[in-house]
Amino acid sequence: MIKVKNLCKSFDGNQVLKDVSVSFEQGKTNLIIGRSGSGKTVLLKCILGLYEADSGEIWYNDTNFISISNKERKAMRKEIGMVFQGGALFDSISVEENVRFPLDMFTKMNSKEKQERVAFCLDHVNIAQKAFKLNPSEISGGMQKRVAIARAIALNPSYLFCDEPNSGLDPETSTVIDQLLQDLTREFKMTTIINTHDMNSVIEIGESVLFISKGEKEWEGTKKEILNSNNQKLNDFIFANKLYAKMKNE
Amino acid sequence: MGFLFHVGRFFAMLGKVFGKPEKHRMYLKQLFYEIENLGVNSVGIVVMISIFIGGIMTIQFAYALMNPLYPSYLVGLAARDTLLLEFSSTMIALIMAGKIGSNITSEIGSMRVTEQIDSLEIMGINSAGYLILPKIIAVVFIFPFLYIISVFFGILGGLVTGPITGTVTLPEFVDGLKTLFVPYYVTFSIIKSLVFGFLVAAVPAYFGYYVQGGALDVGKASTKAVVNTNILILFFDLILTRLLLT
Ligand SMILES: Nc1ncnc2c1ncn2[C@@H]1O[C@H](COP(=O)(O)OP(=O)(O)O)[C@@H](O)[C@H]1O
Ligand SMILES: [Mg+2]
Repeated sequence: MIKVKNLCKSFDGNQVLKDVSVSFEQGKTNLIIGRSGSGKTVLLKCILGLYEADSGEIWYNDTNFISISNKERKAMRKEIGMVFQGGALFDSISVEENVRFPLDMFTKMNSKEKQERVAFCLDHVNIAQKAFKLNPSEISGGMQKRVAIARAIALNPSYLFCDEPNSGLDPETSTVIDQLLQDLTREFKMTTIINTHDMNSVIEIGESVLFISKGEKEWEGTKKEILNSNNQKLNDFIFANKLYAKMKNE
Repeated sequence: MGFLFHVGRFFAMLGKVFGKPEKHRMYLKQLFYEIENLGVNSVGIVVMISIFIGGIMTIQFAYALMNPLYPSYLVGLAARDTLLLEFSSTMIALIMAGKIGSNITSEIGSMRVTEQIDSLEIMGINSAGYLILPKIIAVVFIFPFLYIISVFFGILGGLVTGPITGTVTLPEFVDGLKTLFVPYYVTFSIIKSLVFGFLVAAVPAYFGYYVQGGALDVGKASTKAVVNTNILILFFDLILTRLLLT
């Protein structure tokens, strides 16, 4: 469970997040949706501590992430996995080494244990053995995302963050990734937060949805509620896609 | 942004770079990789440039010192001291700023814009330390070797070119190499190499680490890194020469 209270963040006087309060539940896929530039990435990076919030509180269960020391934060990082928008795989090492990297850095596992863990994670995201030795540049975008997910779950984190996991992917691959994230979230009981502007994802896996507009929380609810809300800004966002307008009428 | 801002941020970065490593073995692995990647792969170009410059200098000195009043050993002596004092330390550093420096900026910069650095930070890894420290140590370590290699092949270039072109005979040149040799010149230049090695790794690393934007900005940062490193090399050359040689 992650709770955000009254979070504000600005860059050089440009206020990007305005007093955002929200909570994200364990074992669920929590979605943050909004137009490009609405502040989704900044919100995620504030929660992760990559950006310092100007004010507000961020609670990981009973730990206030803002007030703890750097050392305690570092220890907490092992509980956190993150899938970046472009995958952010280390491009100088192979698929397998990417997933092993956090294990090398933070565990005392021997090489056989590491090998098993790497194979377990890559298997969970459906990467075939023959791709293990390839470099990230040699595999498709969808595969890169899946390897990034495997790397993010390597240390068995309690919290999983994904920034636009479907950007740049075709609809079919997107569905696969969405389903994968939901399955992993349930299997490992993680608190998963996913940034997206993809309405398909909302309908598929939006167990809890936060809609932000220009850095402000505009609406929150579930995928069931979203099609029937009266929020004008939310409706403008959703029904920009005619397909969903049709679904609403049915 | 102002000069002082960059200086401040540069030293803040160095503070992080020299912070405590998460796992020594991982840093060591990077160090060996960087020594090969940045060091061993630079030997070829240093050898080639030094041979050519050694040869060219010998011909030019022979031409300039043609007056029979000058002793004949002067060509070898001038070539040797130019290599020892300035070319093999400063010029090689300037050239390496172009090769190694731009390599460092573009590697770290592209890791920044593709969020690979964020990815390290998220894992709780000191990204500046992990990425930059092995590079600094590697370059500082290899620079004195590059200096020695450059002096050796520069002199070889002179030895070969002089007699072939008939500008200076082999005995005259060798005689010059042995005349009035000042060992302190070597010490002085090795000290310079160490300083330049640090600049060639740390300054480009700074420009790469703080890149913002995309691929285009990484390219621009590389150019800026090389220009600034070159200026700093010459500036420190001036200071060190003043402090240590006069
Ligand atoms: N590091 C930064 N410095 C200054 N402004 C930023 C920075 N990161 C994001 N912004 C600004 O914050 C706003 C929200 O960006 P972002 O969170 O990336 O949007 P998105 O919802 O598409 O992820 C944008 O207007 C962007 O220009
Ligand atoms: Mg974004």
